[in-house]
Amino acid sequence: MVPELGQFALTLALLTAVVQGVLPICGAARNNALWMRSATSTAILQLVLIAIAFGALMRSFVVSDFTVVNVVENSNSMKPMLFKVAGTWGSHEGSLLLWTLILALFGAAVAVLGRNIPTGLKARTLSVQAWVSIGFLSFMLFTSNPFDRVFPAPLDGNDLNPLLQDVGLAMHPPLLYIGYVGFSIVFSFAVAALIEGRVDPAWARWVRPWTLAAWVALTGGIALGSWWAYYELGWGGWWFWDPVENVSFMPWLLGTALLHSAIVTEKRGAFKSWTILLAILTFSLSLLGTFIVRSGLLTSVHAFAVDPERGIYILGLLVVSIGGSLTLYAARVHKLEPGGLFAPVSREGGLLMNNLLLTLATATVLFGTLYPLFLEGLTGDKISVGPPFFNASFIPIMLPLVLIMGIGPFLSWKRADLAGVISRLKWVILIAWIAALVVWYIQTKGPALAVLSMAIAVWLLVATLREWSSRIRLGQVALTDSLDRLRRVPRAAHGMTLAHAGLAVCMFGFVGSSAWKSEEVLFVQAGTQVQIAGFDVTFEGVKQIQGPNYIASVGTLNVMRNGRLVTVLYPERRSYPVAQSQTTEAAIRSTPAGDLYASITEPVNQDVKGKWTLRILYEPLVGFVWFGSLMLVLGGLLSLSDRRLRVGAPKRKARSQIIPVAAE
Amino acid sequence: MKKFLPLLPLCAAIGIGIAGWWGLNPDRDPGAIPSVLINKPVPEFELASITGTGIPDLKTQDLLENQEPILVNFFASWCLPCRAEHAVLARMVREEDLNLVGINYKDKPATAAKWLAELGNPYRRIGSDQTGRAGIEWGISGVPETFIVGPGGKVIFRYVGPISSDEAIGKIREALAAARMDKP
Amino acid sequence: MIRILLVLMLCATTANAVEPDEILSDPTLEARARAISADLRCVVCQNEPIDTSNAGVARDLRLLVRERLVEGDTDKQVFEYVVARYGDYVLFKPPWKSTTYALWLTPILLAILGMFSVSLILKHSSKGFATTKSLSPEEEAQLSEITKTKEDRDTE
Repeated sequence: MVPELGQFALTLALLTAVVQGVLPICGAARNNALWMRSATSTAILQLVLIAIAFGALMRSFVVSDFTVVNVVENSNSMKPMLFKVAGTWGSHEGSLLLWTLILALFGAAVAVLGRNIPTGLKARTLSVQAWVSIGFLSFMLFTSNPFDRVFPAPLDGNDLNPLLQDVGLAMHPPLLYIGYVGFSIVFSFAVAALIEGRVDPAWARWVRPWTLAAWVALTGGIALGSWWAYYELGWGGWWFWDPVENVSFMPWLLGTALLHSAIVTEKRGAFKSWTILLAILTFSLSLLGTFIVRSGLLTSVHAFAVDPERGIYILGLLVVSIGGSLTLYAARVHKLEPGGLFAPVSREGGLLMNNLLLTLATATVLFGTLYPLFLEGLTGDKISVGPPFFNASFIPIMLPLVLIMGIGPFLSWKRADLAGVISRLKWVILIAWIAALVVWYIQTKGPALAVLSMAIAVWLLVATLREWSSRIRLGQVALTDSLDRLRRVPRAAHGMTLAHAGLAVCMFGFVGSSAWKSEEVLFVQAGTQVQIAGFDVTFEGVKQIQGPNYIASVGTLNVMRNGRLVTVLYPERRSYPVAQSQTTEAAIRSTPAGDLYASITEPVNQDVKGKWTLRILYEPLVGFVWFGSLMLVLGGLLSLSDRRLRVGAPKRKARSQIIPVAAE
Repeated sequence: MKKFLPLLPLCAAIGIGIAGWWGLNPDRDPGAIPSVLINKPVPEFELASITGTGIPDLKTQDLLENQEPILVNFFASWCLPCRAEHAVLARMVREEDLNLVGINYKDKPATAAKWLAELGNPYRRIGSDQTGRAGIEWGISGVPETFIVGPGGKVIFRYVGPISSDEAIGKIREALAAARMDKP
Repeated sequence: MIRILLVLMLCATTANAVEPDEILSDPTLEARARAISADLRCVVCQNEPIDTSNAGVARDLRLLVRERLVEGDTDKQVFEYVVARYGDYVLFKPPWKSTTYALWLTPILLAILGMFSVSLILKHSSKGFATTKSLSPEEEAQLSEITKTKEDRDTE
């Protein structure tokens, strides 16, 4: 009954989306206020209906309703409740439902919270958003229905892949999708603006909070995914330039460019065509990502349902949405009025470089990801494009960008005094040099690139702090004055500082964990000892433990340094009887200096009996990757909470100063 | 010039779209790797026979002086699809006088011998590749995989997967026919 | 198909995969072996290097790499050995040959194109910027005092 209700709700949602896709935009063309306002009701209705559908699917998982195919394929009565719930979005169909839910969520949010947005723009935006929804809802209803039933119902379901039964990974899709799909509303705003034929600087202001929200979620989603890969997959890495990772990273890169480009459009009316194009391309990359992941185009550990038939449908969706929007762009971009002039050395100039470098990085990653496909199509040769290519092409683009990031906030609009800025930064440059020497001293073999990258990261961090401190006049005026200024500086400025500093912190982690990793691999039995990174580790043995749907062999490792016990690590090897597979749960000891990372597996060699294979890694500074990502997210949230962006904030009632005209 | 700049993103998108459409071809297997051995001489290898079976061993030399095309079939007793394939291969040997040799991949001799005793032996020769090294020489990624060696010891065809479906059998027959036409 | 599924399931179980009995006694050679293994793609897995793959073929290839290194091959020769048997597919670092010139050169080309367009945009955007007479030091100081305060409020 409930699944049918869900399906019915989805069908109604599709119908609502059709209405929303037609009425408001026609209303905007005819200036019919009633039709335009209908967008608000339809947007809210869509959200309610899809939420009902989502709830219906979730309920089916929670009660383990095995008459629903999706539940049978992705759930099992023995699964812990959290993962039963997470199973709702763990499959192709379920994740599509999540997609449409978030599409509707953002649509309704703009409808309700976007009180400042002019009616015409809002109506057109919501119509475009509805078109995207129509695409996904119809895709779901016609090819990937989550509510398909099976009779007779099997006694129990297949288990969800044990690899995916993890809290971090359960939260990864929702967060990631809020990011991906959040950019849809920015896309809609951009297409609406193109249809209208103009982009006001105010447009950039209205678009900002949505871009920020999507960006924050995407940052969080990617970081969560990386963190999961790090602690779950056992090889101590967190990024492999796998096609599916790249596909989530590219919208992030362009989304960052979009955020910054929009600032220029807002403040100076310049970069309009850039910003609109970035808005369209960011979501286009999200759509491209959906296509690549769900169509079996490329091989990847992460690939979803490998189904070319569904792939054709999504490709059709892409042709209409991306092809349509880019054609519209090419046709209408000349109508956008150019903005203010600026000198090459200025904040605009810096942000132009920012745009260029981020776009270049995105294009490089896109090209590298798709090249094997292109080549195979043209010549039939199969090659692989892996981390060596991406690292070689991506890093030389990002390092100059980080250098510019340090200077950028010091540059004034329109024309900046470069010499003055450099002289203000001379101490920062000195500190960066010293950092380089210190790193080189500590890590004499350290690859030159690692030393350089660390120095540049230090540059960014100190330059960002210097800018912040000069903004509040730290050290130049009394401390209370500085604190006062701190409160008065807009939150968005603090957000920028936190985010830029966060990136520098991330870089410390990137370099440390990639360049200076150490590892020990050996056969162990009770009493075996090994040394790594100054620690003395003793393997004490293994015992068996019963989990909810698995049996675990838990190892005990005593970690000592200088004769004192530092910690005890318990790596696990889990066996899932239903799914007939095993996972390795690494034991990690995290400190700011680095992570000690231990895992055990059964030896492959059958002749080695009674022993376990122990792998211990020491990853210096890797914690900074996660901490820096957190700073990025917090910085974004801080910016989002800026009063000036609260589009729904009630305007202060203009107290008209009616000075009574004194009766003569 | 400037007028055409805004068309660039669209052109790029169209290019990617075409690549995507091509990539969706259901006959295409994104994971399949083309063999580098095609049209090259048979790789160097020398394998002992499976102990206890009395079937002759296999080495490169045995594949060089043939007039008829030879089918080199990688199989193992732990490989389920190989069972299905076995019946087909045996029939082809019986009815079409197929010249068939096998390489027993990463199998314990005792288990392999039992498997062959149970199902019958269609192979003229079998090499026992216990370490998997011969498999690497032939560039295989798993079992079953089958190669066709033409006259003069040139590898002319490779099939990945069990030769049990009609489609697979058809492909093999086609390749064999083409190999026979190439006779010097 | 079943065969592929079987193998994939083997790959999907997780762990870093180098086994202690594979490790060479010479640490320099072992380090080279690890580096080479990290850049060789496992032919049965979904995008993993042989260094971290659990597949049987991956282990065989790891052992092979070490064998070649012990026999004195250079890194380049080891890669060539594997490529001779499996093709360019196994290289995570695409080779530099006629089929991949486009791959390696395109980022550089795009960068040059990008730089070119930026310089065009900058030229266009700074058109008509009249150079003003420079201010006196006192005027300069006054001006920077005023503009700095305004900046605090405007810039983000």
